[in-house]
Amino acid sequence: MSTTQATHNERLTDGGEEPFATTTKSVWQRLLANRTAIVSIAILVIISLAAILAPVMAPGNPLRVSPANRFIPPSAEHIFGTDHLGRDMFKMVVHGARTSLLVGLAVTVISMSVAVVLGAISGFYRQVDVVLMRLVDGLMAFPGIVLATAAAGIMGPSTRTVIISLSIVLIAPSLRVVRGQVLVVRELQMIEAARAVGVPTLRLFTRYILPAVSSPILVQASFIFSAAVLGEAGLSFIGVGIGPKELSWGNALTEARNYISQAPWIVLFPGLALMLTILALNLLGDSLRDILDPRLTRRR
Amino acid sequence: MTVRTASDSTPTAQPASARELVLEVRDLSVSLRNADGLLPIVTDVSFSIAKGEAVALAGESGCGKSITASAIMGIAPDNAEISGTIILNGAAISGLPHRERRKLCGRHMGFIFQEPMTALHPTLTVGRQMTDTLRHNLGLSHAAATDRAAELLDRVGIPRAREILKGYVHELSGGMRQRVMIALAISCGPSLVIADEPTTALDVTIQAQVLDLLDEMRREFELAMLFITHDLELVGDFCDRAVVMYAGDVVERGRAADIVRSPAHPYARGLIDAMPRHGDQRARLTPIPGTVPPVGHWPQGCRFAPRCSRAGKKCTVRPPLAVHIRSDVRCWYPLKVGQ
Amino acid sequence: MLRYLLKRFLLILPTIFVPLIIVFLLLRLSPGDPAGMMLGDQATPEQIEALRTQLGLNEPIWVQFAIWLKGILTLDLGNSIFFREPVMEVIPRYVSVTVLLTIVALILAVAIGITMGLISAMHRNKPIDRGVVAMAVLGISLPEFWFALLLIFVFAVTLRWFPVAGYNPPSAGLIAFGATILLPAIALGVRQSALMTRMMRSSMLDVLNEPYITTARAQGLPERKVIGSYAMRTAAIPVVTVAGLAAGYMLGGAVAIEIIFALPGLGRMLVEAVSRRDYPLVEGGVLTISLILAVLNLVIDVIYAILDPRIRYQ
Repeated sequence: MSTTQATHNERLTDGGEEPFATTTKSVWQRLLANRTAIVSIAILVIISLAAILAPVMAPGNPLRVSPANRFIPPSAEHIFGTDHLGRDMFKMVVHGARTSLLVGLAVTVISMSVAVVLGAISGFYRQVDVVLMRLVDGLMAFPGIVLATAAAGIMGPSTRTVIISLSIVLIAPSLRVVRGQVLVVRELQMIEAARAVGVPTLRLFTRYILPAVSSPILVQASFIFSAAVLGEAGLSFIGVGIGPKELSWGNALTEARNYISQAPWIVLFPGLALMLTILALNLLGDSLRDILDPRLTRRR
Repeated sequence: MTVRTASDSTPTAQPASARELVLEVRDLSVSLRNADGLLPIVTDVSFSIAKGEAVALAGESGCGKSITASAIMGIAPDNAEISGTIILNGAAISGLPHRERRKLCGRHMGFIFQEPMTALHPTLTVGRQMTDTLRHNLGLSHAAATDRAAELLDRVGIPRAREILKGYVHELSGGMRQRVMIALAISCGPSLVIADEPTTALDVTIQAQVLDLLDEMRREFELAMLFITHDLELVGDFCDRAVVMYAGDVVERGRAADIVRSPAHPYARGLIDAMPRHGDQRARLTPIPGTVPPVGHWPQGCRFAPRCSRAGKKCTVRPPLAVHIRSDVRCWYPLKVGQ
Repeated sequence: MLRYLLKRFLLILPTIFVPLIIVFLLLRLSPGDPAGMMLGDQATPEQIEALRTQLGLNEPIWVQFAIWLKGILTLDLGNSIFFREPVMEVIPRYVSVTVLLTIVALILAVAIGITMGLISAMHRNKPIDRGVVAMAVLGISLPEFWFALLLIFVFAVTLRWFPVAGYNPPSAGLIAFGATILLPAIALGVRQSALMTRMMRSSMLDVLNEPYITTARAQGLPERKVIGSYAMRTAAIPVVTVAGLAAGYMLGGAVAIEIIFALPGLGRMLVEAVSRRDYPLVEGGVLTISLILAVLNLVIDVIYAILDPRIRYQ
């Protein structure tokens, strides 16, 4: 039974799906028009600025022990309080942001670059696809924790190690997204026509396939970033992420566990910063998806 | 000349014989409430259907015929505001609370959808879908319901009914699915069946079969049928009377054969002329110029006036539905016979 | 149906073997010597070498692999270097804990997810829907280990309703077991339940717009049957996918929770075994997880086939 709304929607979409991304300019404009997007971008900007300006905002080595100042609750001088070693929590959170965000960014860039290349090849060449997808299935069945732990065991826990481990683990979801999109685009008449005319394959990739893939990739990037930040925190918390000499939100929480009854603020603030960052990234991803989704009949 | 507005007591509005009326719709208006306010979709629709009679609700997409039907069924969207009276088998149902309205569905009113592939549940067996409605509406036991379902499928011309009951919708062809849809609609013995473009999605050869089946069912069970369609040829061949709608208004109402052969409203005339027909000698089709005004942008006065070749001074005022020679027309300058 | 399952099973074999090969290579080719670690700093090179030969660590890599492969097929997974017990006896002690934890967490997640998602979809855009959607976004962004710490602070430290850590197996009594499993299960399940809520909501919204729901209503079927039988049947399918992913995640990724609550689970055992270079135990552990996941996938495939007959014929 078609109501007026349904027929209206049918007219809009014309029955078919528009798989291509809109231009970057209009994406930006639309992003700024979306309230959730603005809030999430604002949060991310603030956190990034805090991370970049950490040496200025909270100078000094955040890991330096100061036994005289142990367990000070949040106060004027130490707005986030101090921990069991007298270290200022605000300093730790702000400096920890640098590592957490750096790892997130690096993992996102690396894993998505690999995913795009492999996904495009896989979607295009069926023989490669069959083999690759079985490997990916196998990879996904492998507990990421074990991989990370093994990597930490081999190379020693450090920022570099955790970036490698997380990048490997997070390739698979992006690869599927890219591959899926390439599979759709490949079937389009336009590709057939281009090939018939003799357009070289590399050109096909850059002119046709990549633009079609850029929207879902943008959306996916936000979620991968979020997963990377969460992953690094979890691994560092257990001790198989970054090393003890480095600082991130994850390992700021490692020992906080033991003092939770005496000084809950040690647990509260790094975790809050972590959650806020992840939340902002997730919201950004949602907004991007709402904006870039070509199906105009999508409901919120 | 005084204009006699058409009411149900005038000759053309009455069914040919004085059979009892199954459905009476009086001054039905439907508006949708959205963020911007109240949007009228359908205004002052009135018609009636007698036992065994087939009435077409005809018009192009966007004229409001589907929402009229959903208002009658009681399944209009939540933000719809409905005024007017709907009387089913002598009892007013328009004032009933939602729950009571829903109870009438299936038992007293049956519904046939356009796209049987999507209108039947994809992962429940055909049998289950039929027995669910039989058991709920008629209180039958599972065994009795299954028997009746098999009978019904048989009656609508589906071979190996028992096997089909155990199967799924996607295993059937388009024509078969529509037959199942018909069986489902009449299964609880309703007095009214509303068919929303039942043949539009089918192949031409199958269309004829399904229409014949509907005709058979109508005669055998003396069903009152409301046929929603945009196909005027179907209206002429199949229906006793027709209600032509345009932009939310009833523009012409009367015997189907009369309207198709010699329409009085310029819009109806335009529709007939625009139809490519068998044995047509014309070199080109004659479309109606302009487009249907979207909901919310209806002109003041007669809604068809901007596109009408006969428009005159009076058309700035919305004409009433008035008795004309053989049908009721909403027009200040209706066509005479043979024009 | 049988052919379908067989086909699914064949597709799953790589998911069992690839992880095994990966872990095998990772461990044997990495620096660090289990024999040396076992014997400690005082051991002489001769003692270490003797232990290495005894453990078969000096053979060429493909010989080691062949020995190990044979071991799997004969169900002899060797002895844990650290525990000095057969791997086959060590692992079940830990697997049971993780599996129980996963089951409880999954039940919580599914129950909450489906209920909230359903309520949300049926009252779309009304205040309760907005509330549920907001909570779901928060839930997805909540780091599990941090939430675990918060739960401990509120319920164990402050309210003292639960023990801070430790594990009581079900044999110790239902209440004792429940006390130690509930907080970890909540911590593990909250994020997954948020994901499931979202999926249920969006799936149900899609389904409620389908013509066959209108048909069901047009037949006079009561609303609870329309939603409960007709809509849920189709809407549940994507949720099954999410539930499967959740289970897979919980089985392999609950390490932080297990550490925080001191649960002797499989994830924790694996991580510790990797640091100790306890090859047989790590390999056995990964094999166990892979097998459990493979069985899980098959179960999910069966559920799909039950819910959607069209799949059976592919």
